Amino acid sequence: MSEVIVITSGKGGVGKTTASANIGTGLAQLGNKVVLIDTDIGLRNLDVVLGLENRIVYNLVDVVEGNCRIKQALIKDKNYPNLVLLPSAQTRDKSAVTPEQMKKLTDELREEFDYVLLDCPAGIEQGFKNAIAGADRAVVVTTPEVSAIRDADRIIGLLEAAQIQPIDLVLNRIRMDMVKRGDMMSIDDVMDILSVNIIGAIPDDENVVIATNNGDSLVGGNTLAGQAFLNISRRIMGEHVEMLNLDVKTGFLKKLGAIFSKK
Amino acid sequence: MSHTPKKQTSGTIAKDRLKLLLISERVDCSPEVMERMKDDMIQVISKYMLVDTGEFDIRITKEKTDEQTGEGRQSLYANIPIKGKKTSSSLS
Repeated sequence: MSEVIVITSGKGGVGKTTASANIGTGLAQLGNKVVLIDTDIGLRNLDVVLGLENRIVYNLVDVVEGNCRIKQALIKDKNYPNLVLLPSAQTRDKSAVTPEQMKKLTDELREEFDYVLLDCPAGIEQGFKNAIAGADRAVVVTTPEVSAIRDADRIIGLLEAAQIQPIDLVLNRIRMDMVKRGDMMSIDDVMDILSVNIIGAIPDDENVVIATNNGDSLVGGNTLAGQAFLNISRRIMGEHVEMLNLDVKTGFLKKLGAIFSKK
Repeated sequence: MSHTPKKQTSGTIAKDRLKLLLISERVDCSPEVMERMKDDMIQVISKYMLVDTGEFDIRITKEKTDEQTGEGRQSLYANIPIKGKKTSSSLS
């Protein structure tokens, strides 16, 4: 049974594209046929995060306008042949596509793939409406900050109004050291405020930046964030996976280093 | 919730601010209106019971989507810690 999942957040810069790339790659690692669609027309990003920016010939708008067949626009991932990207158009704007066209596109892709993942643009305007048009379920990405959570709440309201179910939350960039000091909202705090299911929490891990720099995938590797993303992919497939312990003890030398660097 | 920290940490402040803000945004009613409603509720309930006004908490919660109608319902939730009951003589 195929699923069309929109990955959204409201606020920009919280890690939607990173989450899309890693959850999609994770689902592919787990043996599924996955298509990732970058729906951010005019500001395409998913291609660089996946390291596929040099292989783009056709894009989403070309497909919708009938300039090419869907298959011609799909770019195979470097490592996983069962993962493909449908890149966004860089020189057009959100009005180039309508929600009806997006629904038709996702319905066609559903026939071919196990998972159709839509990386949604920030905001609640046309781009958001396009991205959610064909979605069965939603993953809302947020960070433990007041602005991101407020926007997530608004987005959850809009998704509920559009009758998209289930809605799951990914809490990104959590810093356990700050949570312990009481200077960051915890997973429980966020759950309490938003009252939605949290499908995973991602630690604020420098490996995310490093992987993105290299255009590599992080998921499935031995980093904490990579493991956390793979767990999310498993949970999306319906597996029961225990929450990852993000509170890793810092080594003695690292602590010592931190003391000295404080000056 | 289960314990009161010695001093307000910034995480707790963030949580409290968000709770108040989201209540009003979900029902489209301003924080002032929510505060007034809270004060009115305290007044009414205080006529009959001794309540802990500091811990008084009201919020709008979103319940799980109704299976049949597919609609998410909102409800007003009030947590009113009771210190004790008023003696019958003070109930005028």
